[in-house]
Amino acid sequence: MSKTNLKDKIFSRSFLRGIITIVIFLLIWEVGARFEGWFGYRLPWVGLIPPPTAVFVTWGGLIGDPGYWQSWYLSFGRVLGGFIAAMIIGIPFGLFMAVNRTFHNLSFPTFEILRPIPPLAWVPASIIFWPTQELSIAFVTFLGAFYTIVINVLGGAKSINKQYLQAAQSMGASQWDVFRRVVFPATLPSIVVGSAVGMGITWEVVVAAEMISGGGGSGGAGGGLGFFIWNSYVGGSYEQIIVGMISIGIAGYFSSEMLRNLGGLLTPWLKTR
Amino acid sequence: MNTMNQEAAKPKVELRSQNSSEIVVKNVSKVYGGGPFAKEVIKDCSFTIESNKLTVMIGPSGCGKSTLIQLIAGFETPTSGEITMNGSPITGPGKDRLVLFQESALFPWMTTYDNIMYGPRARGEAGKEATEQADFLLAKVGLEAFRDKYPPQLSGGMQRRAELARAMINKPEIMILDEPFRGLDNMSKELMWKYYASLYEEDRNTNFFITTDIDEAIFLADRLIIMTNLPTQARHVIEIDIPRPRLIGDISANQRANDIKKEVMTLLHEEAMKSFSGGSKAAADFLDAYSKRAE
Repeated sequence: MSKTNLKDKIFSRSFLRGIITIVIFLLIWEVGARFEGWFGYRLPWVGLIPPPTAVFVTWGGLIGDPGYWQSWYLSFGRVLGGFIAAMIIGIPFGLFMAVNRTFHNLSFPTFEILRPIPPLAWVPASIIFWPTQELSIAFVTFLGAFYTIVINVLGGAKSINKQYLQAAQSMGASQWDVFRRVVFPATLPSIVVGSAVGMGITWEVVVAAEMISGGGGSGGAGGGLGFFIWNSYVGGSYEQIIVGMISIGIAGYFSSEMLRNLGGLLTPWLKTR
Repeated sequence: MNTMNQEAAKPKVELRSQNSSEIVVKNVSKVYGGGPFAKEVIKDCSFTIESNKLTVMIGPSGCGKSTLIQLIAGFETPTSGEITMNGSPITGPGKDRLVLFQESALFPWMTTYDNIMYGPRARGEAGKEATEQADFLLAKVGLEAFRDKYPPQLSGGMQRRAELARAMINKPEIMILDEPFRGLDNMSKELMWKYYASLYEEDRNTNFFITTDIDEAIFLADRLIIMTNLPTQARHVIEIDIPRPRLIGDISANQRANDIKKEVMTLLHEEAMKSFSGGSKAAADFLDAYSKRAE
């Protein structure tokens, strides 16, 4: 992206609108949190939380703290690991279910029984099954994205316009060619959507899993942004809790944005509509 | 079996199919569903699609013509009767019978050029010959400037032309077109007739074209098959002997064309009346449309 392009983007109307909402939100929060100090009356809910200025001061102190960045690193690693595993297994699984009736019959009922089980319900079992705590968190994260990706891929591949398939067949395409150059590209938009939604769920799941499993010492196991929040709660630092929450929000936003951009590159024809 | 056409000049790029073929539909019936819900769409239908001719089939909308295409293309099988191509029964889809559908079936994820090259690439024949043919066809349908555009960037008429080119590059022995110009405005439609007719005159392969538009049928056809209403049967065949290349003006100015038009309208009107008394919504619409046109 060139410099002028970036400048245009920053000062674009849609970007400014987004900023306005954030500023107004922070203002209301700040006033609400300081209301008791100024007027002697504590507002419900918002009066109990620290004001954003205090949060930013705490955040500033944490920027230089390697432990804070270690939490980012650990959570990102788990999200990426679980998410990539979910894509590698989920996309072929969904596609195969869509194109092969026998496989669909064999796997779909089991899949549908397992799907409603929330990933977090897997935490205890996962800790028992997997040898390390790290693997059990990654597994639970994987489940979060897996079902969503499979359901989207399956739905996308099943709803392909029948005439695309008939047209390809009548031009003499082999089954493999129909799959590779018709079924797969036609499903790509659903793969992108499923992945973006799956990525969001992955963040939800990883944080909860980290809270449950706790910090496992300095050996790399445990920790993460979820544990960071839980630890701050136990330690009574409300500012740090909010720093942790906003950090997750930002991390999730960047992950989704990255995925959307990547998805846009993979499906250039959708932009022309 | 086939009467070879004598061509004066060989086109630059050879688009003619190696063989010319005919399709014989014999006593074909197609029933959907079973028991009390069974619906007989085609009943004891027989006709021939002669080789190296443009056969147009016309009939009221919703009369089962599209089902016939599914059968001839091999996507579905008849409940009884037999469809043969050059004497051997049709068992499934194949590149010898290429179908152009009512709605655009261009792949939205491919550019115009990639769409045209789909067939040759799928069969591993994407050599120099195929790329030359693709360029020739792009020019022939007037889409050189849209070579690298995606289908949603093309107008409805352009999409149909791109689809014609995508079909013709495969040199199908028989090309089957299911109301391909339906839904286009009149201007684009007449333009499409010209593009299509000139492509046909270029190769004179066997073509089977389905329509509900009488002008379209008369402008394009060598042979015109008129269908009855549900269940579909072939009712009447007219040889259209107006010389080619034809002009759009021929349809109204040419006496022979006018006679044919009158004959076709009378037959179709009778069919519509028959099913109108049977309470068919499609037939009522059809009647309405044609009584307006006749004024």
